[in-house]
Amino acid sequence: MIAHLIRSLLQGILVILAVGLIAFSMFRFVGDPIASLAGQEATDADRAELSERLGLNDPFPIQFARFLGHAAHGDFGISYRQARPVADLLTERLPATIELAVLSALFAFIVGVTLGVYAAINRRGLVANSVMVLSLIGVSLPTFLIGIGLIYMFAVELRWLPSFGRGDVVRIGWWTTGLLTETGRKSLVLPVLTLGFFQLTLIMRLVRAEMLETMRTDYVRFARARGIPERRIQFRHALRNTMVPVVTIVGLQLGSVIAFAIVTETVFQWPGLGALFVNAVQFVDIPVMAAYLMFVAFVFATVNFITDFIYVLIDPRLRM
Amino acid sequence: MSVVSQPPPAQAQKGLFARAWDSDVGYSFRTSPVAIAAATVTVAIVFGTTFAEFITPQNPFDAASLNLMDGFTPPGEAGAGSGMIFRFGADSQGRDMYSALLFGSRVSLLIGTASVIFSLLLGVTLGLVAGYVGGQIEALIMRVADIQLSFPAILVALLVFGIARGLIHPSLHEQMTFVVMTVAIGLSNWAQYARTVRASTLVEKRKEYVDAARVIGLRAFPVMLKHVLPNVAGPVLVIATINLALAVLEEATLSFLGVGMPPTQPSLGTLIRVGQQFLFSGEWWILLFPSVALVTIALSINLFGDWLRDALNPRLR
Repeated sequence: MIAHLIRSLLQGILVILAVGLIAFSMFRFVGDPIASLAGQEATDADRAELSERLGLNDPFPIQFARFLGHAAHGDFGISYRQARPVADLLTERLPATIELAVLSALFAFIVGVTLGVYAAINRRGLVANSVMVLSLIGVSLPTFLIGIGLIYMFAVELRWLPSFGRGDVVRIGWWTTGLLTETGRKSLVLPVLTLGFFQLTLIMRLVRAEMLETMRTDYVRFARARGIPERRIQFRHALRNTMVPVVTIVGLQLGSVIAFAIVTETVFQWPGLGALFVNAVQFVDIPVMAAYLMFVAFVFATVNFITDFIYVLIDPRLRM
Repeated sequence: MSVVSQPPPAQAQKGLFARAWDSDVGYSFRTSPVAIAAATVTVAIVFGTTFAEFITPQNPFDAASLNLMDGFTPPGEAGAGSGMIFRFGADSQGRDMYSALLFGSRVSLLIGTASVIFSLLLGVTLGLVAGYVGGQIEALIMRVADIQLSFPAILVALLVFGIARGLIHPSLHEQMTFVVMTVAIGLSNWAQYARTVRASTLVEKRKEYVDAARVIGLRAFPVMLKHVLPNVAGPVLVIATINLALAVLEEATLSFLGVGMPPTQPSLGTLIRVGQQFLFSGEWWILLFPSVALVTIALSINLFGDWLRDALNPRLR
């Protein structure tokens, strides 16, 4: 078990280093840092002096190590476009993205597991069938069209919910939250639904398939033979064993959550990291792009590690 | 399409088409309504977009043929300026949506196809080399593929797009967008081909015919290209079909985000991005038709790919 966790940790570090190398190469080779800092009237001597002062004449590995050191302290330089420290931009927008991602994951997990279990138990009911059709739609519709569809229905036609922004937010320390105000909560609904929909369909199908499989196993038959009530078998015995693959997939899906968050944030003009990244790509704002990349890699490594850890908690066989 | 995946001919005297029709794949196609429908729609769309110039009432990107007075004509009505009937309505500049759709679908399909070919060539080459040569080269290629696969394709494509923008001179941005998009989407999807091809190459290279080819003195390159490649190509075709749908959707997403085709040469994604601005003012047709076209294209290619996968190799299911 310890070996399992250590291997997972090492893998995460490798990913972060590899992504760090890409981010660093972007800084070093895309655009000319001297030209963007020195200005037009600089002499050759000025440039050489600046280059020496920024450490651009040092060997590549030393520069890379320095870059990683700065990154570990959260220092990614200054945004080319907004002329502010990238770290400030990230912390400003981090709460919006985390709130959106966590709420949509919760929504997808709770609704997905419930619907999946229901569809597995009442296999031929109307609800089960419509659930399967819904999941087919969820897989073939691109996220931005789902978002636009929701905006059209709930913001344009019914006028119930706002179509963009976060509404009023409450500041708690450096954190901002929309959960404490009415407009904030209303603004969260559509983005959370949009981002959660894809994960929801995936979890639902997975739980249904796994439940059907588990209900056919011997230990469920024996539990029935022992006279344990059906509800208890379904939830204590079967559901618990379906959770291992579900947790794996939810963990692996994190990548797509980040990707879909970029799209969702753009559709709803949500002031989060994804929208920041899209803007940075449009204007070739290298420091912001590099920082976002490092952030994604870090989240990835962390979530992978946590997923591996949760396995061990859920499945006692792995504790050997 | 089914002709490509033909098993070796049994009766050589019959024509190619007749043989395809008689084969297992041909039979499976004839008896699958979903496959026939998906193929028909795909062929119709490819035909329509290829000959867009001849079947559309106007060239939507030739400013001279537009009449501003036609702006916002609802579907099925005559424009106030030109008197022409707009089947799918007109956008803010009097551009016929039907024509814009066909031209936009063409851009989407072209980028999709080009990027699939790009990622296929790259992935198959790297996979073949990794599987056949082995050793440290294999470890390096597959490690890169692992890292690439753990990142979502959209993220990789956005990144490549951003870097390419930084490297290319700003005056060339518009002309180069097509190439940049192709490379960006292609680079974000090669890893799957590499993995599949490497896996089957590992199996194939232990077989006797490869030994035989080596014994008669062929060097590594011809052995890979002429002997191993034809035997690992089957699954690649299936992945390519399904990836075409993904690539079209990826292109649409990028263009929708505003980091793709510019409004001067729009793809379906760009059209949807433009149409979204008119969502609140009630001109629904500017948004609806490109969205429907996108979903139709993606869905029919997807269904066709699903069928192809099942028909070619039941074990892949």
